[in-house]
Amino acid sequence: MNQQYGQYSVRPGPEAFLPPAAASMGVVLPDPGQAHINGRIVPEEEAFEEAARMFLGGTVPTIFPGPLVLWAWNEKAKKKAKAIKFLYDTLKECAPQDAKPMLIPMPDYRPKYPKINPEVEINPNHPNLTIWHNKIDVCMFVGVHCHQANLSLKIIRGGTNCYTIAMCAQAGHEDACLSFRDASAEKIMHLAEWVKKLKGVVPFGAIKKHVAALETQDRAGGTRN
Amino acid sequence: MDSHSIIGTKNKKGQTYTDPYHLFFEAPRIPSFFTGSEVIKEAIRRASVDLMVAYPITPQSEAAALIGELYAEGYVTDYMRGENEFGVMSECAGGSFGGARVFTTTAGPGTMRAMENFPMWSGARLPIEMIVTCRGINSPLSIQPDTLEIYFLLETGMLVWHAETAQDFYDWILMGFMVAEQPDVHLPIAICCDGFFVTHTKDVVNLTPADMCLPPYDPYRSPVPCMDMECPPVRMMRDPFVMKSNYISYATHASWQQEIRAAVERSRKHTIPLLGGLIETENTDAEILIVSSGTAVSQGREAIRLLAEEGLRVGLVKIKSLRPWPYNEIREATKSAKYIFVPEFNVAGWMAREIKATVPDSDRVIAGPHVAGGMTMPPEVIVEHIQRTLGKSVATLAGRGS
Repeated sequence: MNQQYGQYSVRPGPEAFLPPAAASMGVVLPDPGQAHINGRIVPEEEAFEEAARMFLGGTVPTIFPGPLVLWAWNEKAKKKAKAIKFLYDTLKECAPQDAKPMLIPMPDYRPKYPKINPEVEINPNHPNLTIWHNKIDVCMFVGVHCHQANLSLKIIRGGTNCYTIAMCAQAGHEDACLSFRDASAEKIMHLAEWVKKLKGVVPFGAIKKHVAALETQDRAGGTRN
Repeated sequence: MDSHSIIGTKNKKGQTYTDPYHLFFEAPRIPSFFTGSEVIKEAIRRASVDLMVAYPITPQSEAAALIGELYAEGYVTDYMRGENEFGVMSECAGGSFGGARVFTTTAGPGTMRAMENFPMWSGARLPIEMIVTCRGINSPLSIQPDTLEIYFLLETGMLVWHAETAQDFYDWILMGFMVAEQPDVHLPIAICCDGFFVTHTKDVVNLTPADMCLPPYDPYRSPVPCMDMECPPVRMMRDPFVMKSNYISYATHASWQQEIRAAVERSRKHTIPLLGGLIETENTDAEILIVSSGTAVSQGREAIRLLAEEGLRVGLVKIKSLRPWPYNEIREATKSAKYIFVPEFNVAGWMAREIKATVPDSDRVIAGPHVAGGMTMPPEVIVEHIQRTLGKSVATLAGRGS
């Protein structure tokens, strides 16, 4: 019951020992045709541009495809998987020279013993706080079941400074810094188009400045300490 | 499967899968004179339920037996009897894990016996609908209404709605499935009513056409994978990863709990258009308000009429949803009130505590009157409580039973 708080800003952390779920802070999910950026509802097109800017401004922009797109359980999943590979290839082609785009699969949610290998994968039930030694400064979840995605997105926000993007096939994720809803292969391809369009426009590492600006803005607005 | 794609097609009973908004708000309504238990049956007839699990405890409402008739008629796909209430709720979980739309009924001590299952349901994101026809839970037992069991459900992570009338009950049973099964919510829902007063009495209820039904549940939109012994949440039950002693395991469990609360919050967006808001209000500019849920609201309405005859203007706030809790709505509705009376059918006064934790200047909240164990709450008792608080001299009703 946190409606007594002001507008809560969902931005990269490290935020807290146990950060709140953004929905409990009054952040609501977008309606069809909309997305959210930092918890603010925006037209979807604005979010495509912002997501492309974040990807291109990151030093290690990373896509985390989950089981809903890694396993060929229906035709839509196959199409999405191809679109994701296309987005990744586009990112490699368009990212600044020093950037290191990655594609890290999240094939299932089985707890791994004794521990997962963050060099190879992440797991929403054991999301290693370093997510690849904390060098991933922008990431996108796609094809991850909503519950598991929310857990990971929130924990990543709590413990790292990674900018998180959710390409959700359902209603979206408040716990991501930026979230689309009703994701389809076409939307993923559209994001790739935006990445192409902004090639060379966004300087390497620009995300650091962006995150710093968000922090300043939030502190000035009194929405974070 | 896209459940929208089958709108307009027929099920094996010849019912048409109907867009829920059309079914709720546009389809013709047929006035019918039914008991609350019969109303439950009629709602389930139209709800495309895959599985009902029952435990035939005595005493009981007739609802579980009546839904057995629906199974015999072919409206409910499967019907099972549990070994006991704990078994019932566990079987419900199994059915829901497997992707079925599941319904059950419970009340009183049975609810308490099954309690361990409810946080498990919500933690596992199982959108099971459970009717709670509230009755006493303590010894000596009572089959009469007493809303104490609702309090035990409030922090289970379930959605909890409290119906005032049989009409509420009918509509909300159908609407409840639609909210609970949203992928961003996907939680169990307890739809409560005051047993006996609602279940065993007859009332006119406007029913939707019997040849229209809800679209089926689509388990492929679930926020967790369908039942899989290797993955959480099932895996955690047989081999709890959360018991690993490290920060991230604990943080995951804590985040899991937060996510359940977050899902409850998300249900507002879906609930408000269907229920017409989480609360309903009348004359909230009055200095005196009665705020409650369930049949205490009905008694409050009558008390308001009696007080109006004496020249005292009193407003009303009917709370429909207890989880999510209408925090902002209650603050707004009570902002002008000098006195906020909270009549309740339990001795604990949990509703008053919830409201005290919500409104500024909580001294304005006056708990009571309270009745319990099946006592009725005559409107005159509410009138007396209000008048005494205002310092007026009134004759007691205590001698009425002699």
